[in-house]
Amino acid sequence: MTQMTFHDAVEAALHEEMARDPRVLMFGEGTATKRKGLLKAFGPQRVRNTPLAEGIIAGTAAGAAATGLRPVVDLLFAPFLCFAMDELVNSAGKLRYMSGGQFSFPMVALAMTGGGWSVGAQHNHNLEAWFVHAPGLKVVMPSTPADAKGLMKAAIRDENPVLFFMDIGLAFAPGEVPEDEALIPLGQAAIRREGSDVTLISYAKTVHTCLAAAEALAEQGVSAEVLDLRTLKPLDEATILASVRKTGRVVIVHEASRLCGVGAEVAALISEQAFEALRAPIIRLTGPDAPAPASYPLEQAFAPQADAIVGAAAGLVARTLEAAPIW
Amino acid sequence: MSLSTTPQPGPTRPELLAAMLRIRAYEERIVAFHAAGPFPNVCTSVGQEAAAVGVVSALRTEDQILTNHRSAGHLLARGADPGRMLAEVMGRSTGYCQGRSGTLHISVKELGVVLTSTIVGGELSLAPGVALSRAMLGGEGIVVCFFGDGAACEGIFHESLNLASVWNLPVLYVCENNQWQAFVHRKETMVGDHVAPWAAPYGIDSLTVDGNDVESVRKAALHAAAQVRETRRPFLLEAWTYRQRGHMEPHDQSYVDPAELEAWMAKDPISRLEARLLADGELTTADLEVLHAEARRAIDEAAEFASTSPYPDPSDLAAGVYA
Repeated sequence: MTQMTFHDAVEAALHEEMARDPRVLMFGEGTATKRKGLLKAFGPQRVRNTPLAEGIIAGTAAGAAATGLRPVVDLLFAPFLCFAMDELVNSAGKLRYMSGGQFSFPMVALAMTGGGWSVGAQHNHNLEAWFVHAPGLKVVMPSTPADAKGLMKAAIRDENPVLFFMDIGLAFAPGEVPEDEALIPLGQAAIRREGSDVTLISYAKTVHTCLAAAEALAEQGVSAEVLDLRTLKPLDEATILASVRKTGRVVIVHEASRLCGVGAEVAALISEQAFEALRAPIIRLTGPDAPAPASYPLEQAFAPQADAIVGAAAGLVARTLEAAPIW
Repeated sequence: MSLSTTPQPGPTRPELLAAMLRIRAYEERIVAFHAAGPFPNVCTSVGQEAAAVGVVSALRTEDQILTNHRSAGHLLARGADPGRMLAEVMGRSTGYCQGRSGTLHISVKELGVVLTSTIVGGELSLAPGVALSRAMLGGEGIVVCFFGDGAACEGIFHESLNLASVWNLPVLYVCENNQWQAFVHRKETMVGDHVAPWAAPYGIDSLTVDGNDVESVRKAALHAAAQVRETRRPFLLEAWTYRQRGHMEPHDQSYVDPAELEAWMAKDPISRLEARLLADGELTTADLEVLHAEARRAIDEAAEFASTSPYPDPSDLAAGVYA
């Protein structure tokens, strides 16, 4: 194990995969300028700067992926993906199916998202659910440097286009990262903390908020399980349902706004497939239906806070105790 | 501009004519199927056969093609089986894309046809990437990207040319300026008549050719492709041509200036080559009849194959979304 930041963990994954497979290359706005280590190791053919034009960056990645390369593109901030939606959604996501399987699109699109840098709404928008809704794409959003490395390596090796969202608030957070290969398969959630009374389901930055909440809940005698989805598509339904069947109570937490967010999908999954296990209604704690503010306290308030999670989880436990039949 | 063409074996003039006749027969059959309905909506390339045959005949096997919704000519000129194309249009499992594409997005990997895009400009956005693969994985192949004057008005046109030039990518951009952008004449939407001059600020050489003269197109395409092959840099070839039918079936030209249409119909690429071949004594009217009959027979067989092919199994609906 070695300590590194989320940002460095992603770079380590890129370095290892580029060394392993000559077809892997990376390009984006300032990629060659900022990733000097990669540039030095692999040269300007495989580490490229691009114009500030997300559409052609993503389209070029899709064209390259269809014809033998395995590109990773850095599109910087998630709102810029709006410029690349056509290429990501209509081309990368659809053309394998539309071509009857003749072409595959093994590519990774990297973008930063979430609060933490006071960058405001045109640089901060948690729009991961848009891509979950688009067929043919996979979506990853890790919460730890170790996961960032292992999931990035898996994303590069995947034969499908993968949207890899990096939470800005975690970019320079350090963590333990294994020195061996430590691939993390796409589509596997992680149980960050075992518990028996309530399941807190989250991903990215708010996983850490859930862990803090679980600590506080433990002091109140409530045992919270914390589940980190890690991959939003494909979703690890089995791990979600198993946890819900164990605890019977669910709080879903994410920074993205509520309406049609990933939390809605998780709640629907649980109600369809584990309704009988529920001992209380499902609660979602999410960001508001608002653009992300820049002012630091507003930005921090955008993401659900630990005390709100504690209140919601404790309320669910109390509610089910009150409602329990007396005999 | 003088064209550096080296004589090389290629299709004869009657072979170029036969290729155009096959495209015309295919499109006319599509029109007839649509009129008899029910049949999917289709966008035909009638009138643009010289551009398709002229350019594609100048390519090599290892070259790759990206094209747009008016693609039947490009695909057939490349050697696509009209039966499998019609089957795709009709949603049959024997189609090139197993019925998942329909008429608007047919790709044929074995022929190097990477993409038919119905997102206007989609072909322009992927072309640099396909060329990047060629540049990095080796080989002498070049990438040909067919688009229209409508797509040239998309921002991605400029992004594509800029990146292909900055990165020295072997892309032959072919603008089929057919004067129409869906239901709007280009005069309403474009400054100037031509797209070719838009290449110069990106450091890209360009050429405008009479797109209704297959021999001129072929000569220009040989020159352009040779330059891309040699320099490994992009080139823009503009074929000045005309969309003879409405944007899509059912055919509607109520919004078309009759005088303009008449002038262009007089320059029909097939009639022009036929007249030339007759005048030069290379073919007789009897020979022409034979060529027409052969084209129709090929499409008859294709139609028979397609219409008797099975539909895909609905249980496979979601198969193949992911690798």
